[in-house]
Amino acid sequence: MTGSAWLLRRLAASLAIIFAVVTFIFILIHLAPGKPCSENLEPRICDLLTHQFGLDQPLAVQYGRYLVELAHGNLGMSFSLRRPVLDALVETVPFTLQLAGAALALDFLLGLGLGIYQAVRVNRLPDVALGNATLFVYSLPTFWLAPILLLIFGEKLRWFPVGGASDPIFCPAVTSLFCVADRLWHLVLPATTLGVVGAAGTARFQRAAMLEVANQDYVRTARAKGVPERQIVLRHQLRNALLSFITRFGLAFPFLLTGAVLVETVFAWPGMGRLAFNAILTRDYPLVTASALIASTVVVAGNLLADILLGVADPRLRVQAAAEADIATA
Amino acid sequence: MTLGNWLALFVALVTAAEVVRALRHRALRRDQWGRRFFRLRTTSWGLGILMFLVIVALVAPLIAPFDPNRQLDIVHLTNQPPSWTFLLGTDPLSRDVWSRVVYGARVSLGIGALGALVAVALGTLVGAIAGYYRRWIDAALMRGVDVGLALPRIFILLMAVALWDGLPFAALVIAIGLTSWFGTSRLVRAEVLSLRQRDFVVAARALGAGSSRVILRHVLPNAAAPIIVAAALGVGNVLLLEAALSFLGIGVPPPDASWGNMIADGAPGLYTAPWSTFFPGLAISLVVMSLNAVADGVRDAMNPREDTT
Repeated sequence: MTGSAWLLRRLAASLAIIFAVVTFIFILIHLAPGKPCSENLEPRICDLLTHQFGLDQPLAVQYGRYLVELAHGNLGMSFSLRRPVLDALVETVPFTLQLAGAALALDFLLGLGLGIYQAVRVNRLPDVALGNATLFVYSLPTFWLAPILLLIFGEKLRWFPVGGASDPIFCPAVTSLFCVADRLWHLVLPATTLGVVGAAGTARFQRAAMLEVANQDYVRTARAKGVPERQIVLRHQLRNALLSFITRFGLAFPFLLTGAVLVETVFAWPGMGRLAFNAILTRDYPLVTASALIASTVVVAGNLLADILLGVADPRLRVQAAAEADIATA
Repeated sequence: MTLGNWLALFVALVTAAEVVRALRHRALRRDQWGRRFFRLRTTSWGLGILMFLVIVALVAPLIAPFDPNRQLDIVHLTNQPPSWTFLLGTDPLSRDVWSRVVYGARVSLGIGALGALVAVALGTLVGAIAGYYRRWIDAALMRGVDVGLALPRIFILLMAVALWDGLPFAALVIAIGLTSWFGTSRLVRAEVLSLRQRDFVVAARALGAGSSRVILRHVLPNAAAPIIVAAALGVGNVLLLEAALSFLGIGVPPPDASWGNMIADGAPGLYTAPWSTFFPGLAISLVVMSLNAVADGVRDAMNPREDTT
């Protein structure tokens, strides 16, 4: 089996998974008791609205209609926001991407650095101290760390703003360099909350991966033939330990998504997580389904990307996959 | 805090410390497994903290000086800072934070343990069936697991709790368990796949043992270590998940205290009374950290690496 055939099969499987997730969410939310009207709305008007949005149709009909609309790229109208779901998402997703991107960068840079440093100093004081520290930080709930950081750096020291993504008076939109700085300034605390907890996990993981490799024959050989220690760590250990790091990269997305919902709530960050949370509370069916669609796409895409990167980085996997495919077709 | 409360707390601490010390002492003398398990000091600490919190949860009435749900004096005793009377202060509704943390241990640890039990049992069952029978059963189950891993779990739980009003407590635990087993099943399947080829399994089958007997008596016991690790990490995950849901206002219903809804209750008064947010979060962190430390120990014990000894 060639690489492109493998990719095609994985893509098809990924699409099938996303489709299954959307179906599951669609059925679950429509099975829930109660109507998407607020309680003080007159029943007559509620019935009218229910009819208008086609919610009185059988589930199968609604589902079929939803799929047809989805195939045309139409995610429907949001009940609570009274505007197309797509518009609401286009507005909020970039904020979540900023937050997740910054958190991911901090997570990987800090985590990789610490993990490598610990592995080099294994079982000595810095390693033990950092090991205890990362074990603790890794266990912190993000929705608790967020208010604590807010209290210290936002309220007491006043270094950073206490919420929102930009200054509503000076910078409602990014119009100048000053506003870019303002955005970054607002980003620091939420991104740190998510990034530091992730970094602690990455450091623990990377340390273990480095030590796993440290026992391999080729590392011992390199040392025996007098390769400088620095080169052994960077060229022999790190390059091979990065393989398992790629897998971790693919698994980072669910954590970021869950974290985004919580951190965005604490910091009043105008992202998709908060939007989806409010959509669930207001029974905004189209918005919930669309958010789930995006969330599962991100998770599946992360996995796919990690698999592709692994295939690129590790030729052995390509050979193995080909062999398995031969057995399967034979 | 009365003298009796202090005494009970002291006894709980000493009991936990002594039990762990005795366990460690025995394990160190027994075999390699025990020595490797207790190799890291953090593992002993984790075990001790867990033991202590479990004892606290069990004898909560002895250790908590106040009724955790009683608003002591809504006029004079709101947001009191920590003192000898109110060990961890009082919250914005004038409830004693220490008593709530102590009783919250019952709720939070209970949910964590039960949810993880559901998740690990289900994950082990599915993983064992898929790995042992292979063929189409395996393919079907694993495709299902693929979908499960792609589900935005927090959405599902939020929907389940927010949309079904008055969902009973047990249903929340089961819902968390039902959405947390996918990773475990993959793990167990991989383990079973390699075990089923081993000589002792083949021998058992050749002697005519039935599938369920082979799985239960020969395959699963040998896959115990990764399952234990998954269970330890699972308790922490479930606890965090429950806390997150409670924090968002839709987990354990008030007035009962869980560590998650205590954080949520304290959040509005964060600037005036940070202690009512700080301590429940610290409790969560301690439990999760201890579980991670114990999982590290189990992992070390089953997978020795020469260079780190």
